[in-house]
Amino acid sequence: MASRQTKPVDEVPRIEVLDESDRNPGVRTVRVIRPEPQNASFFPATLKGLGVTLKHFTKNFFRSRPKGNTDIETLDYPAIPRSGEAFGDVRPDPETRPERFPDYYPDRFRGLHRLMKRDDGRVRCVACMCCPTVCPANCITIIPAETEDASVEKYPAVFEIDELRCVVCGLCVEACPCDAIRMDTGMHAPPVEERGQAIWTKDKMLETKPVHRKRDATSIATQGGVGPDWRDTE
Amino acid sequence: MQDVLHVIHAILDFPAVKWVLLAFLFVMPAASLLTWAERRQSAMMQDRLGPNRANIGPIRLWGILHFVADALKMIHKEDFVPKNVHRGLFSLAPLLALAPVLIAIAIIPFGPEVHLDALGQVVGAWGFDHEGELSVNLQIFAVEFGLLFYFAILSIANFGSTIAGWASYNKWALLGGLRSSSQMMSYEVAMGLSLMGVFLVMGTLEPGTMVDWQGPNPLHWGWALQPVALVLFFTAAIAETKRAPFDLPEGEPEIIGYFVEYSGLRWGMFFLAEFVEIVFISMVITTVFFGGYHFPFLYPEGFRFADSVLYLPHGAVVGIQLLTFGVKVALLCMLQLAIRWTLPRFRADQLMEFGWKHLLPLALLNIMVTALIVLWAPVESAADISAMVADKNLGIALWDWLRPALLYFVAAGIPAVLAALIMSSQWGPPEVIVDVKTTDSP
Repeated sequence: MASRQTKPVDEVPRIEVLDESDRNPGVRTVRVIRPEPQNASFFPATLKGLGVTLKHFTKNFFRSRPKGNTDIETLDYPAIPRSGEAFGDVRPDPETRPERFPDYYPDRFRGLHRLMKRDDGRVRCVACMCCPTVCPANCITIIPAETEDASVEKYPAVFEIDELRCVVCGLCVEACPCDAIRMDTGMHAPPVEERGQAIWTKDKMLETKPVHRKRDATSIATQGGVGPDWRDTE
Repeated sequence: MQDVLHVIHAILDFPAVKWVLLAFLFVMPAASLLTWAERRQSAMMQDRLGPNRANIGPIRLWGILHFVADALKMIHKEDFVPKNVHRGLFSLAPLLALAPVLIAIAIIPFGPEVHLDALGQVVGAWGFDHEGELSVNLQIFAVEFGLLFYFAILSIANFGSTIAGWASYNKWALLGGLRSSSQMMSYEVAMGLSLMGVFLVMGTLEPGTMVDWQGPNPLHWGWALQPVALVLFFTAAIAETKRAPFDLPEGEPEIIGYFVEYSGLRWGMFFLAEFVEIVFISMVITTVFFGGYHFPFLYPEGFRFADSVLYLPHGAVVGIQLLTFGVKVALLCMLQLAIRWTLPRFRADQLMEFGWKHLLPLALLNIMVTALIVLWAPVESAADISAMVADKNLGIALWDWLRPALLYFVAAGIPAVLAALIMSSQWGPPEVIVDVKTTDSP
């Protein structure tokens, strides 16, 4: 593209300093150089600006958008799903959850929480209170209870998340030492009629499935904690 | 048949019926559609799509139904009234903003005189000598002081925003109300004076007579005879609607506006008033500067230029003219929206300077120049010119049409050149001044 020559435009009055006062620093006599008439009147500039916006309007209004003749880049998002290829991610399996996940989300999208299960179907969570501690929105409520299993000691009798307060930061997932909580459901917080309906209980989060079927495999983390039982190693 | 026509005539000739028809079949729907059109048009201007989703089942219509959704939303919102407001004035203010515009539409002639018993016939020459009882004048309030009535009524709208700011018991609202009142009072002066030139040329204040005076020749309309007045009036009128670039009374990042304490349908009324004002200003400009309901070269008997005529029945002529009025108003509304989404807003001091130092002197100048021309070479009304050129050949007729427009276009150059000079000097302080340097003091 050829370099465009731009004319300098005097749009603001400039000043030329004639004399500076000795007694009062900062006080000076100046000559005000006012702009040329053709640059000072904003009427031509107004018409020029209207021309620019009108050009865009006519182009976008009269030309065909499906044929790509307009300047509009907007995606018809829910109607036409985005292609995930731009992100290099795998598209979700429509058989897993077609009704809940009709279109594409990136692989690491943080949706509503779900709780993982052990091999025997019990909750993985050991009620260590890491997630309510780290939660910046204070939306996690855990009431721990004792369990017979000596390697676990505790389990959450109540595990509730207020999805209205949740800021979807994902810190609870980061903090969990036993991979018990994940945010891979691909779900948004649904609209509710009362605030209480937005509190998700333990049973509800245990039933929820992840959006990618591949990810539904059981956790590779050791059950109950970060490694083998520390009491055995001592 | 005749009895039915008499009943229809009796109903249509009642002013309230005409007002209801105009307000609820044209002005209010147009204003509601503008709330959607503004968002769509601005989106198109900015390479976006704009709201296009509202639908009833499969009916989507490019999102036109958004205005229905907006209305439903506003009706369902909580009507919150803050604790210390003046309750009476607080409730009165939205009405005061909306009602004057709806009253003022009464002066606008939105169609010609309709002869109900002659809809199928070709009516006579210019002026229509039909003496039927069954004629309806499509202007609700035809009085000699028509445009003065408009200025008087619209200055009541000023109270709407000012009282809203005062009654809200909120300093931001009060600031917005003050700004709005100062702005509207300043620009009302320029607005009234800019139309004075038109009054001088046309010799009347009554919109219906003005439209008749302009006739169907586009070069005999107000825009050709008073171009400077058109620009001045359009600018001042946009300032009166309190929209960008003159949207000082409602600055979201600083003072939110005089309606900051309003919610739900009360706020909706301010919003609607703004859009009704856009429609109304388009109607006034159409009437005064663009020949009202006249379609180019469409006379009561049909299309005519010099001595060649294409006859049309009266009903068809009325239909075309009503449609023409609607299209002209719609185009002017779109132009106002385009201006609102093109220009950045003024600063408060620039606003006042523009109103008092640029628009007002220019309007006075326009009056003086126009007065001199009218004294020297007055323009005949369309009917007179039409009578003069009726049996001449095409060349002479053309010259008779062009002459006034050419004269006034040349004359309009004088205020235009002086305008450039005034704006360039900015009427600022004298050239050599004593200045206090504030930037690099210790």
